[in-house]
Amino acid sequence: MSPLAEASNVTKTFGGFTAVKDVNLRVEPGEIVGLLGANGAGKTTLIKMLLGLTRATSGSVALFGQPPSRQTRSRLGYVPQGLGLYDDLTTAENMAFTAKVFNEAKNVPLPEEIARYAGDLIGSMSLGAQRRVAFAQALSHQPDLLILDEPTSGVDPLGRARLWETIADAADAGAGVLVTTHYMEEAGECGRLVIMADGVVVAAGTASDIIGSSQATVVEADSWAAAFSRCEAAGLAVALAGRGLRVPGVDPAKVRLALGDLPGARVRQVPATLEERFFELVDAGG
Amino acid sequence: MTGWGTQDLTVRYGKKTALAKVTLQAQAGQVTAVVGGDGAGKTTLLRCLAGTLAPTTGTVRKPAKQRIGYLPSSSGIYPDLTVLENLDFRATSYKLPRQAARARAEEYLDRAGLADAKNRLAGQLSGGMRQKLAVIAAMLHQPDLLVLDEPTTGVDPVSRSGLWWLIARAAADGCAVVLATTYLDEAERCATVLVLDAGTALAAGPSDEIVAAMPGVLCRVADKPAGEAARRAWRRGGRWRVWLERPPDTPGAELVTPDLQDAVTVAAIAREITMTKEVAA
Repeated sequence: MSPLAEASNVTKTFGGFTAVKDVNLRVEPGEIVGLLGANGAGKTTLIKMLLGLTRATSGSVALFGQPPSRQTRSRLGYVPQGLGLYDDLTTAENMAFTAKVFNEAKNVPLPEEIARYAGDLIGSMSLGAQRRVAFAQALSHQPDLLILDEPTSGVDPLGRARLWETIADAADAGAGVLVTTHYMEEAGECGRLVIMADGVVVAAGTASDIIGSSQATVVEADSWAAAFSRCEAAGLAVALAGRGLRVPGVDPAKVRLALGDLPGARVRQVPATLEERFFELVDAGG
Repeated sequence: MTGWGTQDLTVRYGKKTALAKVTLQAQAGQVTAVVGGDGAGKTTLLRCLAGTLAPTTGTVRKPAKQRIGYLPSSSGIYPDLTVLENLDFRATSYKLPRQAARARAEEYLDRAGLADAKNRLAGQLSGGMRQKLAVIAAMLHQPDLLVLDEPTTGVDPVSRSGLWWLIARAAADGCAVVLATTYLDEAERCATVLVLDAGTALAAGPSDEIVAAMPGVLCRVADKPAGEAARRAWRRGGRWRVWLERPPDTPGAELVTPDLQDAVTVAAIAREITMTKEVAA
């Protein structure tokens, strides 16, 4: 069986600028693939090519084994960052409109999680509730492939857990999911990750594959501010971490040297976080 | 009590209570996070701290107006001025010594990755670059209290790391920083955290203390539990977390050590359950 979505050696140029360069990406049924990258990394251009909104300059894109078209579009659910709902229609009206676009049965009851918003205008609802409607809308025609652009932006932690539950339920039912996110804490919900930087895939695999053996040094001191200043003075890239600091990619001996005789200074090595590894990859690629 | 903050702060807009008895402490040289989703009351709290909104009841301890730096949720940057012109204008408004302010502006721009954008119009910057400029503008006069309303929302990871350098720098220079965020991984970087939900505090304190204070235990299971237990379960890392009042006596149950995200999720679930009971009663 062919993958739900497949980009093979895809390149996209705009004039002299290469937005996506020789990228390979696959989404299989039942898996959640996370697409991570900074602004300008090429994520949005790649998604537009998968959706069939823009054509690849070279390489090929396939949805359900064929080139993207109107027909393939009907098997796909898409939640854009802006959610794509009509502000001055109610929840029920938005859902009815989608049903009509996809030629589906009318008068289907609203899913349980959005039923209580049926008569509310989208524009008057909280962002979290709007997101739930956008999800329900994208899922209403039981798509085989879901493409979600920053799906949980602005949602509280429990609301975010519930949205991920909806995403995972769709995957458990056999749909493939491609999710972009800026937030590394959500990467743990994805079975597989693809990291892009400057138009190129710089890493792919599970979070632990990608982190590999990367390390960071944790610094604790009586005064974190003094430790921060000393690391800064030594030219180390140092980040705030609770009441201490983290110095990614630098071994403890070097950090200890930078701290000198700082009172109460303690350093220890720990595995890097995905975010720290991400910066290492982006710096190396960029 | 030392530092800045609020005590039992309540704000009502007409009949709607935006904040109910919220207490926040912000110490010099520390970063305090205010976490919550859309509509939790974060902006209302920050506006009271910054002095742009008066409390209905309760007290606010804040420095004099010219010793506060405030980044509202809409950034307050002039799009028709260049990056440097924006900062020069800010320096003039605060009557800062010209040379010193310019030197500081250049250093911050350089460290935040904006050195090449100095002479670009602010209106032409990407969202992340504009946020970095806005934070630099808010901290340029080295305030005693820096109040930042969602400085990193919608910002990509690279700009976000530049923003966090600026935030750490302000705190290292002795400023009390209070910032709003929807993200718990950002809250974990801060010395203390206040979790807001529908205008009330769900949890407050250093993140390790919030985690330690979590009632009950957490179990990890493969499948979503059925019935009533489903309300106490959520999906995380491809498996299910279930919050229980006491360790289960079922053999093979796998207990997990909670983190801040777990503790905050549990607090939200506990509130949901309490509210349902009140409605039922």
